Amino acid sequence: MNAAWLPVTTLITSLLVVVIIFSLPEEARRLRTTVNLLAAVIKIILVMLMVGRVSAGREDIFSFQVVGGVDFVLRADALGVMFAGLSSLLWLCTTIYAIGYLEGSANRKRFFGFFSLCVTSTIGIALADNLFTFLIFYEMLTLSTYPLVVHSGTQKALDAGRVYLRYTLSAGVVLLLGAVLLHYLTGDQSFSSEEGLSDYLNDHRGLLTLIFALLVGGLAVKAAMVPLHGWLPRAMVAPAPVSALLHAVAVVKAGAFGILRVVYDLFGLQLSIELGVISVLAVAASITIIYGSLRALAQEELKPRLAFSTVSQVSYIILGIGLFGPFGTIGALAHLLHQGLMKVTLFFCAGNYAEELGIHRIDEMDGAGKRMPLTSIAFTVGALGMIGLPPVAGFITKWYLGIGAIRAEMYWVVVVLIASSTLNAMYFLPIVHRLWFRLGPAHGQGQWPKEQRLGRLETHGWLLWPMVFTALASLGAGLLAGMPFSPLDWATRVATGEYLP
Amino acid sequence: MIWRFGLFESTFAPLVSTHWALCIALGFPFLMGLLAALFPPKRMWPVALACLPVLASGWVLLSAYDQAGLLRWQWDVAGVSLSLRLNGLSVLLLLTTQWIGVAAALYTPGSLRLSEPQPLSRWLWPLMGVLLSALSLIWLASDLLTLYVALELMGLSAVGMLLLSGKVAALLAGMRYLLLALVGSLAYLLGVALILGHWGRLDLQGLAAVVEPGPVAWIAAALIGAGLALKAALFPMHGWLSPVHGNAWTPVSALHAALVIKASLFMLLQLWSILLPDTFYAPRVIALLGMLAIVWGGLLAWRTDSLKTLVASSTVAQLGYLMVVFPLLLGPDIAPLPRALAWEGFWLQLIGHAFAKAAMFMAAGNLILATGESTLKGLAGTSRRLPLSLLIFGVASVTLMGLPPSSGFTAKWLLLEAMLISQQWWAVAALLTGTLLTAAYVFRMFRYSFDDSAPRHHYQPLAPGMDLIALSLALTAFGLGLLAHFTLALMRGGGV
Repeated sequence: MNAAWLPVTTLITSLLVVVIIFSLPEEARRLRTTVNLLAAVIKIILVMLMVGRVSAGREDIFSFQVVGGVDFVLRADALGVMFAGLSSLLWLCTTIYAIGYLEGSANRKRFFGFFSLCVTSTIGIALADNLFTFLIFYEMLTLSTYPLVVHSGTQKALDAGRVYLRYTLSAGVVLLLGAVLLHYLTGDQSFSSEEGLSDYLNDHRGLLTLIFALLVGGLAVKAAMVPLHGWLPRAMVAPAPVSALLHAVAVVKAGAFGILRVVYDLFGLQLSIELGVISVLAVAASITIIYGSLRALAQEELKPRLAFSTVSQVSYIILGIGLFGPFGTIGALAHLLHQGLMKVTLFFCAGNYAEELGIHRIDEMDGAGKRMPLTSIAFTVGALGMIGLPPVAGFITKWYLGIGAIRAEMYWVVVVLIASSTLNAMYFLPIVHRLWFRLGPAHGQGQWPKEQRLGRLETHGWLLWPMVFTALASLGAGLLAGMPFSPLDWATRVATGEYLP
Repeated sequence: MIWRFGLFESTFAPLVSTHWALCIALGFPFLMGLLAALFPPKRMWPVALACLPVLASGWVLLSAYDQAGLLRWQWDVAGVSLSLRLNGLSVLLLLTTQWIGVAAALYTPGSLRLSEPQPLSRWLWPLMGVLLSALSLIWLASDLLTLYVALELMGLSAVGMLLLSGKVAALLAGMRYLLLALVGSLAYLLGVALILGHWGRLDLQGLAAVVEPGPVAWIAAALIGAGLALKAALFPMHGWLSPVHGNAWTPVSALHAALVIKASLFMLLQLWSILLPDTFYAPRVIALLGMLAIVWGGLLAWRTDSLKTLVASSTVAQLGYLMVVFPLLLGPDIAPLPRALAWEGFWLQLIGHAFAKAAMFMAAGNLILATGESTLKGLAGTSRRLPLSLLIFGVASVTLMGLPPSSGFTAKWLLLEAMLISQQWWAVAALLTGTLLTAAYVFRMFRYSFDDSAPRHHYQPLAPGMDLIALSLALTAFGLGLLAHFTLALMRGGGV
């Protein structure tokens, strides 16, 4: 039985929140918070229902015709539900965090309205079943993120917003061209179709390569692959919850997720290998990984360092695709979730340091572990995960990527992985060292830049608990990787679907 | 192409109720306008009441077309046969006109009440009525004489409305517009005279049967084309457009940009598809000008400091999108598939732009009315104080940028596909460049509005409903993107 209502309701739940928030007055803080949290919880329940149905082997489809030959289709498949799950779980955490973070600041209605629109778009991206539907939500994401990036209204934020738009809108145009070209060549192509595009290989090799380049080139901007990553570090001026969302779920992941869709569900792995584009992807991803890490090393402020770390980490997903084997795929998919959890934790921590102590630069962090122990433990967990140390989730990914590389006899990838892990350690461990082993203001040496006592505990509870939760989740995803419905388990399920149809 | 405009014999005769609906659709706006001049409405509800019969007539005509297909009316007056036809396209354009017209009429009382009182403002109503009646007539008329009368009525009432605001700049711009409109009409009339002299008939259906390519057809098409292009502000004859809009009242601008210039474009396409069905060069010249229009209009809108000029210049660029499609609609050897796609994309773009541009003018008018500033810099801080007006502007500009899920996007998708199939790479490039340019000027405006550094003291509160009317127009343009199927099915129904 097809429960068409399920994907639609999931989408509409978030969309309704947007409408309600925009129609409420700015002062209705309590009501807005209630609506926001209630919808987030409802959405998690709906996504869990979808997970249940997908694991029972049912895929719910909702569709209607837009114009002749073009349909709007939502479909809950394993890969889509995985991304939807990540998005709805982190939405709840980030919303709680944002409520605490923006306490008392201006323009909260606008912020939460567009924040919810952003999340609606990611759900749409997750559930889209053809390129047309995907494009709708992908561009919606671009537009709804802009007001968040420029939220503070300062000159720097406005400039960052302009750069962001330049990159993403140009990418959108490239993507649109690719999508229309593909539609012209093949007609409406569902992500779920079994055949892939192999039939067109003999006659249209050049055109297919061009389409692949356009699509992946357009998506790579949001995935922040070098040299198309310039917008990401600048967008750091946005408030911490936005950075968390941008880096962990919404924007960069939408790009990476899109590339996954194009390679696995649109072109099919076989065709992509025959076109020879996969190796190019792997090389581009490797360059991005190393370059991002090197640039992260050079940053002296915390948020830009995390931003360049994102540039580097997201490309692990692309690298996983490039290993063309089941292990690489599992690694890529698991990393989509793992990196989201770990990165969101790190950004929550950075936001907490900035709010509670006014810390923005890394050299101000000496001894913060004593003043804010929970935050610092969470940061340490996230950092160790990024380096890839067990038992945090990041280890699982690197392990699978390593195995995948050896199976595919691409030994240079192993070198890249080792180099990148070393670099990760070089830019994360000094921070951990400062947190725990250096003496700072907490030990009576010097002063915090701008200390506020926001709560009874080390900081405001709304800021603290989401962070603790995501840190625990990052640990749990690593420790309990073998359990059913863990990220790894689900990634394996998706990958099995790809390789054993 | 001819059958797409519904120029063929109908199967059924119209019912009595359809006759009445036609009379109401054509006459009622004018009558109500006169009534409003005698008793100027101060509130929204009397206007809404007066608009109900018009909307109902549109609905009756729609269902009549739905049941019977193409409908025709014909009268012989003093040896000249006048005829009307109702096909899917006319219904669609008629409904668009009625809805936008009603929205503009509802917007007017509030807008007039809040701006400085003008002695002549009551005459806005009859002029608006004439304009809507004339527009409805243009979509329906199927002979050159009726078309000419409707065109003149529309042009003169538009000029009258623009002059009403009474400012010196408005008078100057209005007089210039009048002069150009008269020149345009004259050129059109010359073309019509040539046709009458050579073929001896004025009904479009009959003409389509007898016209054969030759110097007469070419010269007539050139005259008519030049006249209508001038009235439609097609590049490079767009110079009069932004001064006119810069000084006009908001509802007048909205009607003008959304409908009046589209009417001339509609006539141009319709008459050329009769006179020049197979010519190669003329549509390509238009397309070339269209590409230039996209770039030039975009640049104008990007460089300007005034909000109204921005919105008006964007019209020039958006008309460019429509001009670029000409070679896919007119000319020899166009494959059926790209032509069908281009046809649907063309009208979807036109209708979407009509709704979006009307909404955008109203939103811009609201912003200007509330802040008292007409420059972009004056918008600083509005994102905090006037979020709704700004949101409407945003939703409307999504359609103009052609980003999903708006009607602009769906239209662009159709057009791009048609261009790819017929391998018109230049047109593809123009369309995509247009998207980026539009984004550039729209976000330039938003950049000012998000600037929180400039504090502002006083905002004039808007009349209730002014924002909501604009919002409903913007959302219509937005929603037409995903619901395009229903709209386009209507247009397809009568022909095949």
